Amino acid sequence: MTEPTKNIQAAAPRIGVFVCHCGANIGKVVDVAAVAEAAGKMEGVVVAADIGYACSEPGQQEIKDYIAEHNLDRVVIGSCSPRLHEPTFRQMLISSGLNPYLLEMANLREQCSWVHMNDSEGATQKAMDLVRMAVSRASLLYALEEEILPLVKRTLVIGGGVAGIQAALDLADNGYEVVLVERKPSIGGTMAQLDKTFPTMDCSI
Amino acid sequence: MTDAGRHPRIKVLTLSEVKDVSGHVGDFDVRIIKHARYVDESACTACGECAKVCPVVRPDEFNMGLSSRKAIYSPFPQAVPSAYAVNVDECLGHNPAVCAKCVEVCDKQCINFHMSDEEIHEKVGSIVVATGLSPYDPTINDEYGYTRFENVLTSLEFERLVNAGGPTGGEVIRPTDRKKPKRIGFIQCVGSRSAQKGGNYCSNICCMNTIKSTLVLKEHDPDCEVKVFYIDIRAFGKGFEDLYSRSRRLGVQYIRGLPGSVSETADKNLSVAVENTVSGKLEIHELDMLVLAVGLLPDPGTQKLQEMLGLQLTPDGFYLEAHPKLLPVDAATRGVFYAGCAEGPKDIKESVTQASAAAARAVRLMHKGQITSEPITSLVLEEHCKACGKCAEVCPYNAITVDVRKKIPAQVNTASCAGCGTCAAECPFGAIVMNHFTDGQILSQVDAMLAENARDKVVAFACNWCSYAGADYAGVSRLQYPANVRLIRTMCSGRVDEKFIWEAFAKGAPVVLVSGCHIGDCHYIDANHWTEKRVAKVHKKMEKLGIRAERLQLAWISAAEGARFAEVMRRMEKLRQQVTEAEIAFTKEILSKPKK
Ligand SMILES: Cc1cc2nc3c(=O)[nH]c(=O)nc-3n(C[C@H](O)[C@H](O)[C@H](O)COP(=O)(O)OP(=O)(O)OC[C@H]3O[C@@H](n4cnc5c(N)ncnc54)[C@H](O)[C@@H]3O)c2cc1C
Ligand code: SF4
Ligand code: SF4
Ligand code: SF4
Repeated sequence: MTEPTKNIQAAAPRIGVFVCHCGANIGKVVDVAAVAEAAGKMEGVVVAADIGYACSEPGQQEIKDYIAEHNLDRVVIGSCSPRLHEPTFRQMLISSGLNPYLLEMANLREQCSWVHMNDSEGATQKAMDLVRMAVSRASLLYALEEEILPLVKRTLVIGGGVAGIQAALDLADNGYEVVLVERKPSIGGTMAQLDKTFPTMDCSI
Repeated sequence: MTDAGRHPRIKVLTLSEVKDVSGHVGDFDVRIIKHARYVDESACTACGECAKVCPVVRPDEFNMGLSSRKAIYSPFPQAVPSAYAVNVDECLGHNPAVCAKCVEVCDKQCINFHMSDEEIHEKVGSIVVATGLSPYDPTINDEYGYTRFENVLTSLEFERLVNAGGPTGGEVIRPTDRKKPKRIGFIQCVGSRSAQKGGNYCSNICCMNTIKSTLVLKEHDPDCEVKVFYIDIRAFGKGFEDLYSRSRRLGVQYIRGLPGSVSETADKNLSVAVENTVSGKLEIHELDMLVLAVGLLPDPGTQKLQEMLGLQLTPDGFYLEAHPKLLPVDAATRGVFYAGCAEGPKDIKESVTQASAAAARAVRLMHKGQITSEPITSLVLEEHCKACGKCAEVCPYNAITVDVRKKIPAQVNTASCAGCGTCAAECPFGAIVMNHFTDGQILSQVDAMLAENARDKVVAFACNWCSYAGADYAGVSRLQYPANVRLIRTMCSGRVDEKFIWEAFAKGAPVVLVSGCHIGDCHYIDANHWTEKRVAKVHKKMEKLGIRAERLQLAWISAAEGARFAEVMRRMEKLRQQVTEAEIAFTKEILSKPKK
């Protein structure tokens, strides 16, 4: 296997696993406590716990307390889709002094409890696997640094109907330059063709 | 409109099209073609002398062809910019010998037939897509005799007819005899809520638009008879129910049922046959004029722009937002936002609300003046690189340079690398590490999944933007499927290295799925072409080894195709059940032998 040298862990990883009930969303189908218990026995896991709502303020505080108490260096969250809350939990890692790329999520809601609602047993088995996979991946994660890039403070607006015009005006009034591209010889779009408009029944232009 | 035209910080480019967009959030390079107007925009005072002498008469598209205009024309009186424009395809005079009458009369000499299309380059940090709607065209299916009966109009044509600035000065007259219609009907849901015609969604505005039109008609002529044929009236917004009640109070008849047929009488009236679903009776209504409440479709250029910007569409053809509830104006591509009907049919108020939201999201992104890049980029291990050039060939972003002849190892430009991981999957020498999605990390997921009861599991690789999102969408929609599948997320299906697939089979996986965005929808331009090729290659090798190729599946699933995802999962589970214990043992055995 060829991995960069920095990838190779010097010390054994210290992973914390937090399995979220998401109220009843996950908890009603998946045996969350059993998943957390199984996670506790996985290699590299120092602490595992179940949490009511991991994304909530108190939920995050609880996790942060675990991170501090157990000197964790990586975090696995079993909860909703990373497409929803990965940014939330990365932020949480940053505020705990960890690199945000040392987080791994197991999707126990969108891809487990919500799609196997009539199969608690199967869903719980799957949740354990997903957490096991996440733990295993987490132990191989390494810190990454974001690069700071310059940014052009201008916006391209494509389409000069009422939506494009409003967006352009809001941006311009906020001090940003706008390039408004319209295919037709005039801006205005569909609304320019309307007479009175609901709900106010006044003139459109 | 005029505010936008005058604003010192807004550059309005009309008759213009975006041809190409490259770069990334914070730093997009945009190539725009501004088509020649043949009239100097800044000098023209819109006096209109030119149009008076122009001999070419054409239907006026702004008035939906209900009036005419010349080949040199102003789109409409309040146009921004107000300058006239020449439609060269219609003009006789661009070959100066032929006409050029307008050139002669223009005192300011702003007409110039030598003007050519201009290529404009702009650098921007963010993009708002507000390409709007296109009304359903009832000619396609000759809806309710629209192409045959002149007194059948679309709602947009009707808008022009009642408009004080329109072709009749706001006088409602019917096209055949220019008489005031006394009996007017409206048919709802034309091109909406139908699997066959237009879209199968509700177009959102047509009910209220019709109600509005009935009020306008009753205001013009309280005695006229107005009938609305509908499936159900959707007056869901603030103040909408009031307008609906007012319309009923004024005597507008609402008849539940869509007409089965429309025919024309000798005096060009329309005879409408409808089954009234309230009374259950077949009714015939004779009307002087019929208005079709046409639905809203996306702009026809949507797909082109979608491909150019690497965006996603819903099955209806509108742009797909990053999250339907929590990120309603963000595209999945960082730095791109949606506003108005481009995202879905909606009214003006919603369009404006969304536009302000999109502007706020863009400001939020830009106000810091700098942006942090995702560090999920590739990394070349120079000592392993043989400078073969494969990675540079497959990179959709041209982010890698290799000098094959001088054998200078590959170099990644991290600012251009979008992180698809295709190069890492394709490098024959394992010389590329994909940060955050390393071989080791992904293989460890495969191993962990298959450590116990491998036989019961469906291994599925899913790309972040489409198939993984499609899986999430199946969840949000509570679509149920067998619990045997476990997903491994990669950013792009292009990242799925052959060795991940072999590892899965070697560890006893009965079946493996590789899934990504549809061809043409890849979030990384066209990286999934390589996925397709690679899977074909693995299929061939499997056959050679005597492993049933069917056990490796490739599926394209978009972010909006939750139902398709669930169906693919059911199919995979069926496939899994067909794989025998002996087959798995044989596969493990064969793959455990060291390769020659
Ligand atoms: C008959 C009818 C009646 C209506 N009545 C009402 C009403 O009474 N009240 C109400 O609230 N709403 C009404 N609506 C809805 C209203 O028109 C829309 O909500 C509104 O116009 C949407 O604005 P938009 O900017 O998103 O799109 P549009 O107005 O369609 O503007 C889009 C603009 O983008 C341009 N464009 C498209 N693609 C490109 C491209 N690739 N490059 C450059 N330019 C491009 C187009 O030329 C157009 O100018 C009505 C709609 C119809 C059809
Ligand atoms: S005559 Fe010249 S100034 Fe007047 S409208 Fe025509 S082009 Fe414009
Ligand atoms: S594919 Fe691999 S070996 Fe070939 S040039 Fe790229 S990094 Fe080097
Ligand atoms: S990860 Fe993708 S975008 Fe980045 S260098 Fe490799 S092929 Fe190009």
